[in-house]
Amino acid sequence: MKSGVVVFPGSNCDRDLMTALELVTGKKPVALWHDDPAIPADLDLIGVPGGFSFGDYLRSGAIAARAPVMRGVADAAGRGTRVLGICNGFQVLTEAGMLPGALMRNAGLDFVCRDVALEAVSTDSHFTSLYQPGETIRVPVSHHDGNYQADDDTLDRLEQQGQVAFRYAEPVNGSARDIAGVFNEQRNVLGLMPHPERMVEDAHGGTDGRRLFEALLAALG
Amino acid sequence: MKARVTVSLKPGVLDPAGRAIHHALEGLGFKQVSDVRVGRVIELDVAAGTTEEQVADMARKLLANTVIENFRVELL
Repeated sequence: MKSGVVVFPGSNCDRDLMTALELVTGKKPVALWHDDPAIPADLDLIGVPGGFSFGDYLRSGAIAARAPVMRGVADAAGRGTRVLGICNGFQVLTEAGMLPGALMRNAGLDFVCRDVALEAVSTDSHFTSLYQPGETIRVPVSHHDGNYQADDDTLDRLEQQGQVAFRYAEPVNGSARDIAGVFNEQRNVLGLMPHPERMVEDAHGGTDGRRLFEALLAALG
Repeated sequence: MKARVTVSLKPGVLDPAGRAIHHALEGLGFKQVSDVRVGRVIELDVAAGTTEEQVADMARKLLANTVIENFRVELL
C-alpha cells in the first residue's frame, strides 16, 4: 500500500500521520506539497492531515480546499483512490465539496482536547472493516471547529446509505446526530474529527486507531 | 469600484458565537435583545464593469459556504 500525505502551511499532524502509516504499512509515505496539483498515480491512499491550514482564515479549511494540490486529490478520489481527512483534513474535504456537510465552531465554544468514546457505525468500508458495528473505541480529539452540521435531508440520507462512519458516544462538540466521521457515497473518502493516528501504539495509551490503518493495509495490500 | 459581500448563517443554524455575545450583552444590562447572529462583511476592490453575478460567483466558490451560510452582494 503506497500512501501520500498532503502538507499545507500550518499542517502539524502530517508527521504523526506519516509515522502511523509507516508503522502499519512498513512503507514511508510521500509528502504532497500544497502548491503542486500533480499526485503520483500509483498512490493507494492520500491522507489530508490535521493541524491548521493557511491560518484557517475565512473558515477552517476554506483556503486549503482551493489549493492546487486539492485538484489532484479530487481527481484521484474520482478514480477511486482512498482519501482520509483527519480533523483539519476533514474540514478541508467538506470545504472542497468532497464530503457532505460543514464543520462549525464547537457548540460550547471551547477548544476540546481529550480522549473521547466513539461508536463505530458503518463498518462496510476499507477504512472501518476491522471494527465491529456498535463497538466503542477511544480516540483523542483536538479541535475548535468540530461541530458537524448538515440539513436534515442530508443527515437522513447519510444514515440511510451507511455513510456515517463514527459517532461520539459522549457529548463533545454539539455535532448533529453526534456524527464524528462521514464517508462520501462511494465510501472511498472518509473524514473524521478524531485522530486515529494518535492511538496506534501502547505508549499512546491505546491502539484503537491502529485498526483503521490495518484495515486499509488489508484492503489495499 | 467596490463590492461588498455580506455572509450570514442560514436561519436555524446554531450560532454559538452569537449566543455568547447575546449573553454578554445581557450581562451589560441590554435586556431588549432577543437574539444575536454573527456574520462577516467582505469588501473587495474590483475592476470597473464587474457584475453582481461575477461577485456572486466568488461568493459561491469561496467567500461563503453555502451549506451553512447565505450571502448578499452589493456593488458600491
